[in-house]
Amino acid sequence: MKNWKDLDFDLQRVISNTAIAPGSYIIKFKRNYPFFAGQVVALGVSRDIEPRYYSIASAETDELISILYSERLDGKLTPMLSLLKAGDSIMVSKPFGNYTQVKNNAVFIAAGTGIAPFMSMLLSGKAKNATLIHGASYPEYFYYSEYLSNTLGERYIRCCSRCSPGYLFVGRVTHFVKQWNGLDTSKSFYLCGSAEMVVETRYILISMGVPVTNINAEIFF
Amino acid sequence: MVPLFGKTIEELRSVVLNEGLPAYTANQISEWLYRHGAESLEEMTNLSKKARELLSAKYTVGLSGPSRASISSDGTKKYLFEVLQNRYIEAAYIPEADRATLCVSSQSGCKMGCLFCMTGKQGFQGNLTTGEILNQLRSIPEFRQVTNIVYMGMGEPFDNFDNVLKSLEILTAKWGMQWSSKRITVSTVGIIPAMIKFLEQSTCHLAISLHTPFDDERKTLMPIQNVFPISEVVAELKRQNIKGQRRVSFEYIMFDGLNDTPRHVKELVRLLNGLSCRINLIRFHPIPNSPLRSTPGERIVQFRDALTAKGIFTTIRASRGQDIQAACGLLSTKAYQERGDGTRD
Repeated sequence: MKNWKDLDFDLQRVISNTAIAPGSYIIKFKRNYPFFAGQVVALGVSRDIEPRYYSIASAETDELISILYSERLDGKLTPMLSLLKAGDSIMVSKPFGNYTQVKNNAVFIAAGTGIAPFMSMLLSGKAKNATLIHGASYPEYFYYSEYLSNTLGERYIRCCSRCSPGYLFVGRVTHFVKQWNGLDTSKSFYLCGSAEMVVETRYILISMGVPVTNINAEIFF
Repeated sequence: MVPLFGKTIEELRSVVLNEGLPAYTANQISEWLYRHGAESLEEMTNLSKKARELLSAKYTVGLSGPSRASISSDGTKKYLFEVLQNRYIEAAYIPEADRATLCVSSQSGCKMGCLFCMTGKQGFQGNLTTGEILNQLRSIPEFRQVTNIVYMGMGEPFDNFDNVLKSLEILTAKWGMQWSSKRITVSTVGIIPAMIKFLEQSTCHLAISLHTPFDDERKTLMPIQNVFPISEVVAELKRQNIKGQRRVSFEYIMFDGLNDTPRHVKELVRLLNGLSCRINLIRFHPIPNSPLRSTPGERIVQFRDALTAKGIFTTIRASRGQDIQAACGLLSTKAYQERGDGTRD
């Protein structure tokens, strides 16, 4: 891989850039390279702003690549990314990364947009019989929830930290995992989210008897 | 008030021109900031009174001393600084017979989530400014005794690339602190695009956190392996054809039964074949609730000897400050707990 200034990137046309919840978007553009579910691309809007890395959320066979992202008002890139419209240009690197080998019966634990690599795996037909635990602050941030409810049924667990008691688990994913009677320590666990969420969840899993070698984490950075 | 400490010569020039002052004033200010150690604008006596008054209305030198210090029986001192609205960072001063090393932080918290690191448990609060990075050097009492700086404290330096690079510029520039780049080492988990930029734009030493040559094991220890595998990091270093006095080293924390076997020696030799480098073996400083344990001392020596016999220059880093929360992130975590906020144990 080269320095970003010289990085092999394509200038792609944005097909759509849709707000799916307050501050959350899915941007789509044409897929120029094959990729494996779980890989990332670097996105940029100009050579003057450092690119950021985003997990691909779409299926390996889709003609379009989907990227789920949240706008960070204090960030440099995402406020500009959120302004892109269909037809605008976006800089896209080749897909890379190796968070791609997932076992059957896996347990996915994600917070916020950390659901993206797991969506790609599920949509690509990988991760048979997976369980997904997704954490969000409000119900509107449970992205893809209709698909996930239909596909995973009871193996789709939503943890909502700021919801009123109801049909969702009220609390963060870490609270859910701590009291999870159904936790099977022999399974493989895949985490994706902020460092704080990943580190805390990893420690909880270890303390509950999950071998550290069964835990594989992806981080936002 | 805007701090001047941490501004490059170009930024200082922009400041003085905006104030209607002559351009050469920037050189005078940088000399006071980075050579004479001025702590206030009033000390900058070769600036005109008018210039000092103008600048004082908006600017300050911006130094800030440590809020706490822990002193080890071995002479190591760990300093706690408050930054970013009530967040903490750590710097460690490590005196030895022939040198004195300062280990500085580049971020408050960290995003990398490494299994062996206490800082990751704090989450990520923010990037340090260039001034906050350099303030860790300038504001400790041993400022004049420091001979070496390592960017191995809290945070991933290459995740705060621009500010880290500016701090290196100020440290090494003729108009700055005039340090030799050979006395500065920047450590990274291996963010490849930033690493390449660093190699192009700086002549400081580079250290890579390696910890195991095997993909699956490194993924367990360091999530970054999922994005930038160590095999690609090393391949890129080989492509860069590093010459001259720049040193590339690999940090290798020794975990009992995990990365300390003959199989690891063999794979390290294969991985690093053809690259001019050294390996630093590091004893693991335990952190609370960690499943990891340090390899016993005699096995660390055996591991070093095995690597040395295969032609890899290998050293064992002396453990320092074990009685003062030596592991990175422990002192600040303790400070958060005393304050009743922040991280979980």
